[in-house]
Amino acid sequence: MATLTMPVKEQKKTYEQEALITGAEAIAIACKLANVDVVTAYPIRPYDTVMQYISQLVADGEMDCEYIVAEGEHSQFEIVKHASICGARVFCGSSGVGWMYAMEALTVTPALRVPLVAMVGNRALDDPGAFGVEHNDALAVRDLGWLLTWVDSAQEALDTALIAYRVAEDRRMFVPLALSCDGAFLTHSQALVKIPAAEQVKKFLPRYNRGDLLLHPDNVISVAPQVNEDWVMEIRRQNFAVTEIACDVIREVYADFERTFGRKYGNPFFEEYMTEDAEVVLLGMGTMSTPVRVAVRKLREEGKKVGFVRLRWFRPFAGPEIAKCLERFKAIGVIDRDFSFGSPNLSGVVATEVRSAMYTGAATRPPVLGFICGLGGREVTVPDVEKMADNTFEAAKGNAQPLTQWIGLRG
Amino acid sequence: MSTFVDEKPTQNLEAFKGVKKVPHEEYYTSGHRTCQGCESAQIMKLMAKAAGPRTIVLGSTGCMYVANTSYYATPWGVPWMHTQLGSSGSAALGAAAGLRVQMRKGVMKDEPINVIAFCGDGGGADMGLGAISATMTHPDYNLLILMYDNESYANTDIQISGTSPYGVNTSFSTPGKVKRIMNHRWKKNMAPLMMVGHPTCKYVGTISTSYPLQAMNNIRKALSIGGPTFIHCLNPCPKGWDFDPVLSFELGELAVNTGIWPLYEVERGKLKLYGKTEQIANGRFKRLPVRDYLLKQGRFAHFIDEDIEYFQSKIDEMWNKWLVPGIIPLQREIEADNPPSQ
Repeated sequence: MATLTMPVKEQKKTYEQEALITGAEAIAIACKLANVDVVTAYPIRPYDTVMQYISQLVADGEMDCEYIVAEGEHSQFEIVKHASICGARVFCGSSGVGWMYAMEALTVTPALRVPLVAMVGNRALDDPGAFGVEHNDALAVRDLGWLLTWVDSAQEALDTALIAYRVAEDRRMFVPLALSCDGAFLTHSQALVKIPAAEQVKKFLPRYNRGDLLLHPDNVISVAPQVNEDWVMEIRRQNFAVTEIACDVIREVYADFERTFGRKYGNPFFEEYMTEDAEVVLLGMGTMSTPVRVAVRKLREEGKKVGFVRLRWFRPFAGPEIAKCLERFKAIGVIDRDFSFGSPNLSGVVATEVRSAMYTGAATRPPVLGFICGLGGREVTVPDVEKMADNTFEAAKGNAQPLTQWIGLRG
Repeated sequence: MSTFVDEKPTQNLEAFKGVKKVPHEEYYTSGHRTCQGCESAQIMKLMAKAAGPRTIVLGSTGCMYVANTSYYATPWGVPWMHTQLGSSGSAALGAAAGLRVQMRKGVMKDEPINVIAFCGDGGGADMGLGAISATMTHPDYNLLILMYDNESYANTDIQISGTSPYGVNTSFSTPGKVKRIMNHRWKKNMAPLMMVGHPTCKYVGTISTSYPLQAMNNIRKALSIGGPTFIHCLNPCPKGWDFDPVLSFELGELAVNTGIWPLYEVERGKLKLYGKTEQIANGRFKRLPVRDYLLKQGRFAHFIDEDIEYFQSKIDEMWNKWLVPGIIPLQREIEADNPPSQ
């Protein structure tokens, strides 16, 4: 698996080894460290490499789990749903239309309070076919009670997978969590990753305890009986209650992660890059952070004060905090690697959410431009970012700009 | 012979030796809202009784979900969970896998627990067929999929399913001015589909609620034999089939006696016919005409003699021409094929 490993002795033992691995492999290792009980696989690029790694870990005796290859994504998610209700820690995942094929199962999982952790290797939806990244697959569940997070490095993928189990399996939460990794750019790109020791992970991540919701002959309960209009609204309200406390729980878990492993993520919900003296910022999710950072440094050399905000958690959407962060800039350019046809201002999903958060949470009302860029795995290039930054500067100066712009379009 | 199949012991449920030996305890009790004369609820009750207290039941969407398990009024004395319409195979597999791994890791008491997924013909023979088929290929997990068959989507207003009989009047196939017969499809042969398609499956069978003791004992056998197993049960439905509830039991018997619903089990690859079906097969009982069965039901009231004759001819073909009469629809003529020369 790992092509390069180095023992770590001289440092404080916050991790056991360092390995050159892909984002998918990092999540497979996180599953092993988390001692996941039931894993279901089904092939679809690009997420499925994680299942190849897990299969090898099982065959090599490094991981003890029920490894089930399902006959479709719907079954893949239904199998782990039931295993989780019987008390098992579970993992599965998908990409693109595979994720959409499982949609019914994805819908019932948060309603049933199942702390499933799923990896989404973001991929464009059909038709026509494209393997590359687009965020519409994972975003499709954004209103259903799933927690949604985007990572931008293999290290963050491993760490967030461990954090994901702690958050999802917290008794106050019990909701599924989708860990999104940009297809190819993260799932298949190698980087040096610090792998923590199993003992430390065990300390950080206690066994999943379903308590009085366990489906077992010692606990005779009926799960999800027909309720109709008598009770369904109250039950929805219980799911809503989770979203009210989700930000606090996530903050707690990140603090504990830092205490245990010594790696700091600062604000769990978003990461700021060169924003301190910035006049305008770009905002986006996932691996676009790499070209954006390069472009930001380049623009700064030209004297243009631009920064970048990378959103880590889309659900919960830390609205007030994001609004507070953004209100100090003269203009904001949101880069969406997704589309939301027919939405207000015809923008992408993230731009619409940012505008909504700022309407209620921000003291100022800077222009928020929406950029649609990098769809279907098309690269977000440095010149693309420069263009988006320039247009955002124009908006800051008060020069009218279209609220939604497609960047990097051919022809 | 070495095997990589990791078998786990089952509860080893012995057959009930007579009606008087059946325990009094019920695990499916009051609280449900099923119709008078509902044979589907009956098989659910028998199933819970046969399986006993150390059981988990996963109930797929269908009339036996919606009419049975209302909030604050659950009739279940064993843990029960709703599962999606097409998920009975995945549900049983997931529950069995979840229990097994926790027992292996020592975090749950190690004991055999029955896992039963209960689905209707819509959920099992239509939407959930793929998932059930996949589950039947997993020899490591002990579970039973019990498909109750009232030959329609009986919860949603009685619509055609893959197991609806030829010509039937349902809300998706009402006879009209030009077309008398709207359903031209023949009933899906589910148990043989499971049996022939999944060679490692150790038990597949058909049952009828009109023979309750036998039904319970077959369920106990399926739960004891290990691995994934499948049972198909025919359940007369007064609402969907349009008959007086007093006739439920009799129609179940008639389905068998006319040869429409053969009773059999396949245990470790060995086929055994039982009850009247066995007598039909070895000529000790003459099949009753299908007319006796069809005309007791409003859903066939639009049939003219020609339709009844066609129906009868198909049943005759089943018993006279099929390679395994009543079960495997390969024609007998295949035996006359010349094998390749040696």
